Amino acid sequence: MTPELKGFLLLTVIKLLVVFTVTLVGVALLTLMERKVSAWMQNRRGPNRVGWAGLLQPAADGLKNFIKEETYPGEANGWLFLLAPALSFGPAMMLGSVIPWGAPFPATFDFTLPVLGQFVHTGTSPFVVANLPIGFLFVLAVSSLGVYGIALAGWSSNSKYSLLGGLRASAQMVSYEVPLGMSLIPILLLSGNVSFSAIIAEQQAGIWFVLPLFFSFFVFLVAGFAETNRLPFDMPEAESELIAGYHTEYSAMKFSMFFIAEYANIVTVCAMTATLFFGGWDIPFTSWDQTPGIAQTLATAAVMFLKTMSFVFVIMWIRWTLPRFRYDQLMALGWKFMLPLSLGYVMTIGGAVWVLEDVMGLTDPTMRGLALFGLNLILGYIVFYLIDRGVIVKGSTRPPTRAEVIG
Amino acid sequence: MAIGVKVLKRPEERVSYIRATLKGMALTFSHMFRPKWTMQYPEEKSTAEWSISPRWRGTHRMMTDEQGRSKCVACGLCPQICPANCIKLVPGEDEDGNRYPLIYEIDEFRCVFCGYCQEVCPEEAIHVGVHYENAEYSRDRFVYDLERLSSQTHPVSSLWDPTDPLGE
Repeated sequence: MTPELKGFLLLTVIKLLVVFTVTLVGVALLTLMERKVSAWMQNRRGPNRVGWAGLLQPAADGLKNFIKEETYPGEANGWLFLLAPALSFGPAMMLGSVIPWGAPFPATFDFTLPVLGQFVHTGTSPFVVANLPIGFLFVLAVSSLGVYGIALAGWSSNSKYSLLGGLRASAQMVSYEVPLGMSLIPILLLSGNVSFSAIIAEQQAGIWFVLPLFFSFFVFLVAGFAETNRLPFDMPEAESELIAGYHTEYSAMKFSMFFIAEYANIVTVCAMTATLFFGGWDIPFTSWDQTPGIAQTLATAAVMFLKTMSFVFVIMWIRWTLPRFRYDQLMALGWKFMLPLSLGYVMTIGGAVWVLEDVMGLTDPTMRGLALFGLNLILGYIVFYLIDRGVIVKGSTRPPTRAEVIG
Repeated sequence: MAIGVKVLKRPEERVSYIRATLKGMALTFSHMFRPKWTMQYPEEKSTAEWSISPRWRGTHRMMTDEQGRSKCVACGLCPQICPANCIKLVPGEDEDGNRYPLIYEIDEFRCVFCGYCQEVCPEEAIHVGVHYENAEYSRDRFVYDLERLSSQTHPVSSLWDPTDPLGE
């Protein structure tokens, strides 16, 4: 092994440890955050007994889950029953490795260790475990692996609630994969690249993609809710209908692994939203963060963390606002609204980019973004006028008359 | 038999999902900053909004006289009226002819906390208490004997008074 390769490997291992540890600890803290936010929204205080303001509550929960009894349903399919939590845990953990959590940091070193030999690295290193050139395609591919874990859990538990939950999960996740993928094509059109670094660079040069591609953001967020099985789309584990859905028969740490996987998926979706539509680790209105340095890396990592956490908060906020969808409504929303919307949006943005770049010769990314933003305003008026029957624009809340209600 | 199904025509042209969502989100967000209702139980046991009712019927208490003896005269009315049959009473009599309980035990697991024992007692000896913290480490600790009943200090229940039904 050359010293350069060893230096690269060393850096990767360190980044892997950091990202993995932060993910697991962050997921643990998210369970606390969920309970706190839900408590506050219901005028309660939430857990505040273990540690200061309840900060050690996740540790207590984890300890409890480790020492709890593991139960195995008598009629379950043993191996698949054991495999299912691992299958949903693994992909969820893998996803955090491709997201850039901060600006590239300077990493120049040259030292020799007694047995291992010489380690050399020059220049900067991106703040991402695997700087894959296929970017979000990897996330799409791996996140759809997670459905195997859920479907297998539902099947192998040999319980009707689990089976229904697993079936619902697979149908829902397969359906919403399509609009999710479609909503990312406009980003590809604007940035010309699927790698996260290139997308962030493009947003730093122009404006954040949420403005020119608002409908992509909207579809991505809704599909993201469906992909992570969060309310209002938590059909696979709907408590009032299916006990706990696919993890009804699981206990102790195997249940906890589903839980960790779900929260890790939430973090990934939120980090993806922040990266693809809100500039990633970019600090707005400054270009100071684009020169490599330790301070810049820390500051941008903090900004990225803030952006991700605000989307996590939005997900929890939505959970305590909207009731659960009916199953046919969920499917209808996915296939009859989200898919045509995202398809039409791809066509519109493609046409608009062609007109702007090839016909009008507008190459400055900021100007192009602003022009597309204007287009989005018009589109938003049309789309929300059509689906909302004009109420959102006119603001009419007149209650229907009796004749209108009875018909 | 056909079931009459009434189909409502929903006023879809006036229903806005997005608008309703935004309104709901504003409401839930505003709730985050409203005063909390949680009572911090072990530290505070009654607040301005909630305190335990004086008519609460909890675990029993035996009243004692000035010499520290129980007021019970072992008349046998409370085991007689007890619907759960949870009171065990063995009467005794001293050399002056005063009756007293040799054994007086209440099985708090069997008790249904109806309060009839307090109502029926002619000496106002046995009472149900305004008390709800009864955790123990073993089941047999829930059979309260006479000594334990007499050593309780919590307030006793003021049972429902038919002449004053609202407690005024």
